Amino acid sequence: MSGPLEELPRLLALVPYLLTRPGIAFATAAADFGITEDRLRKDLNLLWVCGLPGHYPGDLIEIDFEGDTITLSDPQGVVRPLRLSVDEALALVVALRTLAETPGLADPEPVLRALAKVEAAAGTAAAPADRVAVALEGEGTVLPVVREALARQKVLRLVYWTAGRDETTERDVDPVRLLVVEGSSYLEGWCRRAEGMRVFHLGRVQELEILDEDAAPPRDAPSRDLSQGLFQPAPGDTVVRLALEPGAAWVADFYPCDAVEELGDGRQVVTLRTSGTAWIRRLALSLGASGRVLEPAWLAQRVREDARSALAGYADR
Amino acid sequence: MVAAKKTERLLNLVICLLATRRYLTVQQIREAVPGYGSGEGAAEEEAFRRMFERDKEELRDLGIPLETGSNSGWDDEPGYRIAQRDYQLPEIALEPDEAAALGLAARLWQSAPLAGATGSALLKLRAAGIEPPESATGLEPRIGATEPAFESCLAGVVQGQVLRFDYRTAGRPAPESRQVEPWGVVSWHGRWYLVAHDLTRQATRVFRLSRITGPVTPEGMTGAVVIPDGSDLRAMVVESAGDTPTTTARVRVRTGSCWELRRTATATAPDAAGWEVVELPYSDHRRFADRVAGYGADAVVLSPDEARLSVVRRLTALAEETATEKTGIEKVATEKSTAEETA
Repeated sequence: MSGPLEELPRLLALVPYLLTRPGIAFATAAADFGITEDRLRKDLNLLWVCGLPGHYPGDLIEIDFEGDTITLSDPQGVVRPLRLSVDEALALVVALRTLAETPGLADPEPVLRALAKVEAAAGTAAAPADRVAVALEGEGTVLPVVREALARQKVLRLVYWTAGRDETTERDVDPVRLLVVEGSSYLEGWCRRAEGMRVFHLGRVQELEILDEDAAPPRDAPSRDLSQGLFQPAPGDTVVRLALEPGAAWVADFYPCDAVEELGDGRQVVTLRTSGTAWIRRLALSLGASGRVLEPAWLAQRVREDARSALAGYADR
Repeated sequence: MVAAKKTERLLNLVICLLATRRYLTVQQIREAVPGYGSGEGAAEEEAFRRMFERDKEELRDLGIPLETGSNSGWDDEPGYRIAQRDYQLPEIALEPDEAAALGLAARLWQSAPLAGATGSALLKLRAAGIEPPESATGLEPRIGATEPAFESCLAGVVQGQVLRFDYRTAGRPAPESRQVEPWGVVSWHGRWYLVAHDLTRQATRVFRLSRITGPVTPEGMTGAVVIPDGSDLRAMVVESAGDTPTTTARVRVRTGSCWELRRTATATAPDAAGWEVVELPYSDHRRFADRVAGYGADAVVLSPDEARLSVVRRLTALAEETATEKTGIEKVATEKSTAEETA
């Protein structure tokens, strides 16, 4: 979209921005505004025909170009940016509060100072921010260590629990990114044990220490594109179909499903893709009568066997 | 270009109204701001009035505080101006560590409309002289909002306007229409919830946004919703999830397994070789049984009976599908489960 509703706020910000930065480079200004240099030139051409009524030379916004630099004088009254709107104030205030309240994610002290200043500048526009809250799962002890390892680019040694296999292993990891996705914290890094990029749920880190060894993740190691969520199907995945009774409808909310067929009366059949089936067996066991594996048949059989061996533990009383 | 002409006219209008201390009448504005045309016929006059009305709306949509008033008591025609005091972002200066915090916070929102609002807020702060630095490498906290209902629920909350939508409840066959006074939206465990006063049921309710089907329609006046003092939105969402433990179970777990269960244990004691007994607090025995049953043969609930039987019931349903005989325990469990469903 390009129209006055997008352009006018940009131009109104551009004037005081340039006013406070005489001689700024074209490229820098364009990058700060997220526009091309060509677009910036068009903006400037528009600005310098605008000004106070009369529109004689002295009434107009004045811009000088020297080489690749811009200097704006005579802002014609547009000396400060416009106040923050309610949406803008809300976006910043809620984000800063979330940072401050999530244990371990950031040093809360400068966050709280920034928050106080933004709230003061926003004034009454910040009030609706009280009606939006975000609770992220922080990891008060684990997160600061991961942040430090990232900042110093050191190898991390983790004692890590793998949910699918219910086992704990020790792994040396070259940390790449700290992620907070869908409310939980993760470390992405090169796992030397698996010799591949892995994503570790920080809630499952039992112990961790920073080793005195520089991190050196392979340069071509692929990072995950998380714009579509944390779990993404891969070509070799098993396709699983589950029949869900109304009480298990949350499964379709919780796990990314390829397809959800409504059978009526709140019953559903969902299709999931997964690289490991251990967690689906756990899911099926926990659902009991409200969920049933339809396909593949061997998985349904495994769940039955799991259930029988588990029941044996209850036969001795 | 028409769009560029319009942008130019609006910018000149803002500059003109910011510069004036006196309220300017529409005719004075027409003379002062280029682009409104100067034809004197009734049709041209009408076209100008319509154009000016639209321009006013657009300025207000952008949050520009357009003031209406008269210069004196005997001036019967109202005029317009923009007070610098209401227009200007107050002075704000951030220390480097505060700017870094802002830079990190600005990367939190991943989706519309808040990602866009963050971008335009940062432009204004830059224009006020702040330089948010590139935030620390490798730090990527994100808050998504993939639920289609998010944007309209947020708007309802901010506008304080009654909302109507269809809502799917677990265990009910069809979505039901709800009319609510929205109090707030909360993200918890990565999912968004709407806390609201349900007008039909006359009670406070927490709605999961992913269960809202179809459009969310605002109704009535903006600013009509009044939120009671002291409402703790987050606490309401946590409470609605029923996560406050009330009972403690004893569970026998195989050594080296069930770490996620052990994480919530209040006590651990050794048992027969290769096993430990852990004490686990829980709130709802059905949900607790969901968690434990997932560990199959590695976790056995010893007490209380309600939790033990809930697990047995789950396992029995699965083991039974092709089974021809039942043990005594399974029979008890089946009978109990019938009682549980009807309770």
